[in-house]
Amino acid sequence: MARPFRETLKTKDFIVTAEAGPVKGSNVTKMIEHIDLLKDKVDGLNVTDNQSAVMRYPSLGTCLLIKEHGGEPVLQITCRDRNRLAIQADLLFAYSRGINNVLCLTGDSVDVGDHKEAKQVFDLDSVQLIHLVHTLNSDKDMVGNELDGGIDFCIGTTATPSADPIEPQLMKFQKKLDAGVDFVQTQAIYDLDELKRFMEHARKMDGEVKILAGIVPVIGAKMAAYMNENVPGIFVPQYIIDELAQAPKGTGVSKGIEIAARMIRQIEEEKITDGVHIMFIGREEKVPEILESAGLL
Amino acid sequence: MIIAERKPMEEIKQLIAPYKKVLVAGCGTCVTVCWAGGEKEVAVLASQLRLARSAEGSEISVLEATVERQCEKEMVVELEDKVAEVEAVLSLACGSGVQTMAEMFEDKPVLPAVNTTFIGMPEKEGLWVEMCGACGDCFLDRTGGICPIVRCAKGLLNGPCGGTRRGGKCEIDPEKDCAWVLIYRRLEKQGRLDLMRKYYEPKNYRAVKRPGKVQAMQA
Repeated sequence: MARPFRETLKTKDFIVTAEAGPVKGSNVTKMIEHIDLLKDKVDGLNVTDNQSAVMRYPSLGTCLLIKEHGGEPVLQITCRDRNRLAIQADLLFAYSRGINNVLCLTGDSVDVGDHKEAKQVFDLDSVQLIHLVHTLNSDKDMVGNELDGGIDFCIGTTATPSADPIEPQLMKFQKKLDAGVDFVQTQAIYDLDELKRFMEHARKMDGEVKILAGIVPVIGAKMAAYMNENVPGIFVPQYIIDELAQAPKGTGVSKGIEIAARMIRQIEEEKITDGVHIMFIGREEKVPEILESAGLL
Repeated sequence: MIIAERKPMEEIKQLIAPYKKVLVAGCGTCVTVCWAGGEKEVAVLASQLRLARSAEGSEISVLEATVERQCEKEMVVELEDKVAEVEAVLSLACGSGVQTMAEMFEDKPVLPAVNTTFIGMPEKEGLWVEMCGACGDCFLDRTGGICPIVRCAKGLLNGPCGGTRRGGKCEIDPEKDCAWVLIYRRLEKQGRLDLMRKYYEPKNYRAVKRPGKVQAMQA
């Protein structure tokens, strides 16, 4: 049995989680392979919820698979696809099946996804969602009705250190911290000086909360440029794009892994954050290489 | 005011394909100001329809009329005689005007020739932007007079999402400003940033029970 994430947060010096991206379809074979490969190498497997507004196998279903295979799942819930009734119902279900960690996010707009004509919900925002989980944690629903069997989630949320301007983001981040979170994972980070500046703010705002730096390996200059243009909240600096562009043909993946591992090592050595969250989307099988190269295996 | 834009010609042609006699009905208020459905646009559409039909070698008789407000039955009643002459009405008014016409003339198809898009204001000549979502629970006192319900792509109440682009632009459109960055700047200028630090509860979507109905206080 995997160690509960809440306990890991309290006891471990450098926390490592990885993203398990659900498949597009009902064939879960590959996902199970990824889960089996990663579940004992990381402290939690964090499952995206129709990531980038692209319809996929559900976060909840993938978390159940992780649980069945002995891993520690973190359920991502966005506000885009469900109203307050559906979110509460999903949280009750998740908890009843042993999923005890939830990551509260706003969610990308349907405009960036593959169902652009969908009606997006956003009945709640991410701050309200954190408050809602606390309400459920106190054995009541959000209108005050008693629950027969409550929940007790370990709560996480996200932060965007590369935002420009940063002040409005920090004000929202403060509201998330005030609402009460156990851990934070940042959007993908490439500029560690920027991360350090953000951490100075964050530590002043809340000295207790565990913060994991988001690591998304980039495997080519073109991918980096694409991400800058199309992935909300992500900014790959030019010097990394240049480094990728100089890598010999066919070595993009290993270069991306090398850069990611180098960043992780520096983050750990300089104690910049309390850990990292690795998102190698579509290449989960390569995550152990990053961990090994970063000295975490 | 209410902003609308004319439907594509092909779609309008399809709408009236079964008919040989139609009334193109304009409205003299909002859609006149936003160049979508006033007297001028009625004349243009009527000519285009006549030309299109004649090119196809099929006949059509197009009547034209514009009333001051198509959303008021007292004004729409002026069209009674003309409506009686045609098989269908092509309305260039907003959705409210189309429905008023449809209710007044229940035996005739009243077809929308514009898409009603939002409540907004002119930003510059020929460009209108959305300002109000008619949510029934106005929030503008807390946000420096900038509505996050419609001007934030996600209608967020507690600050910007993580998708905000560099330079304070919106996740879904690099041309649009992030409403929460605008709110931040406005409140900062007014020395009222405390309003942005406050937590706002989930919105009450029951403020307007759909379908909406408002009774004047003195009525």
